[in-house]
Amino acid sequence: MSTEITTDVVVIGAGPCGLFAAFELGLLDIKCHFIDILDRPGGQCAELYPEKPIYDIPGFPVVTGQQLTDNLMAQIAPFSPEFHFSRMVNSIEKLDDGSFKLQTDADETFFTKVVVIAAGGGSFQPKRPPVPEIEQYENRSVFYAVRRMEDFRGQDVVIVGGGDSALDWTLNLQPIVRTLTLVHRRDAFKAAPASVNKMKELVAEGKVNFQLGQIAKLDGENGQINHVHLTTEAGDLSIPATRLLPFFGLTMKLGPVADWGLELNDNTIVVDTEKFETSVPGIFAIGDINSYPGKLKLILSGFHEAALMAQAAKAIVSPGERVVFQYTTSSTKLQKKLGVA
Amino acid sequence: MKITVTDQAGDVHELEGLEGWRVMEVIRDWGLNIKAECGGALSCATCHCYVDPDWLDAVGAPSDEEEDMLDSVGDVKPNSRLSCQILCSDALDGLKLTLAQSAAKDG
Repeated sequence: MSTEITTDVVVIGAGPCGLFAAFELGLLDIKCHFIDILDRPGGQCAELYPEKPIYDIPGFPVVTGQQLTDNLMAQIAPFSPEFHFSRMVNSIEKLDDGSFKLQTDADETFFTKVVVIAAGGGSFQPKRPPVPEIEQYENRSVFYAVRRMEDFRGQDVVIVGGGDSALDWTLNLQPIVRTLTLVHRRDAFKAAPASVNKMKELVAEGKVNFQLGQIAKLDGENGQINHVHLTTEAGDLSIPATRLLPFFGLTMKLGPVADWGLELNDNTIVVDTEKFETSVPGIFAIGDINSYPGKLKLILSGFHEAALMAQAAKAIVSPGERVVFQYTTSSTKLQKKLGVA
Repeated sequence: MKITVTDQAGDVHELEGLEGWRVMEVIRDWGLNIKAECGGALSCATCHCYVDPDWLDAVGAPSDEEEDMLDSVGDVKPNSRLSCQILCSDALDGLKLTLAQSAAKDG
């Protein structure tokens, strides 16, 4: 069902810089909606290094990606931003009155006065294995996720990978497929040991075929694969297959941002350093996704950019309103907004 | 120290490495085609390279955690390493390696 949402600001990307933008916007009474392709906040901090210590956040000698995310979520809670996860903005259209219309791949339409792109390195997408012409089979017989298990019933399925996704789907799909081959480059798995043991039991029972190797080539026609060719230590091997599920994790791709008519520079969005506004007035870009002379891809730079962006966004959201710069330490107005006064 | 890097297009670059830098950082700093998206946190494998066989002993074997990350690329060879896990040192002066396709910026 299509949904329409009207708001002041849409922030694309719920990583640390985007999250902090909700704080700076909130102090200026601007409410925002987040759209993120991941299923939780934190961006790279949550997806790439939740457990890794970060040492260069001012005031925190050491903090992990997940702790920083949790702290930012607590910090912006007084402003009740709304989150729309697991979806991607497909298009941005500038309307005659200067506002914007955004469409997501979850059939939502956002009408907003300001767009803030805080998309880091772009959107997280499944890694595509280096196999020639794999694109022509994607979403027909090669899938990077299982959306409908029925698509795999009675099929000859090849799953590639050694992590939890590969092992979980090996166990879940095995009962309904015709044949299932798990391919992994080595006989060691990152997946949960319990899943690995279950998989090994199924192999012992002859219900799952485990093959050491890497995929090299696909045969098929009209988007339908019929064989997967593997490189193995014992030489090349060909397995009959009608479905392929490669699980190599996620990587960041600029994605639809490239098609939004913004001035780009080497996969980043060019902004000014007063407002962090893009070449399209009303669209701002903060954090790792922007570039300007002297840019450093640091979380702390993104926080600074968020603060200046918010001042400029205020002028668009509430034209003509005088903005008095205040400190949270002394302003009871700000403290009331934060729920502490 | 110097390192010689062959990129995905086959072009050979001789780069000045700084002691204590990660090889990935040197390659990125010189603007070669390396994505290195996690910045050296051993959380991706987009700085994947192949170490010249003559240098494998000097570079040493990957850690278990590095092997785990190598599972996330589909073009692993016996001489695969993540270049963020190799530190520049005088012992590696002259190191030769080749960037994997899976390290490409558009990968």
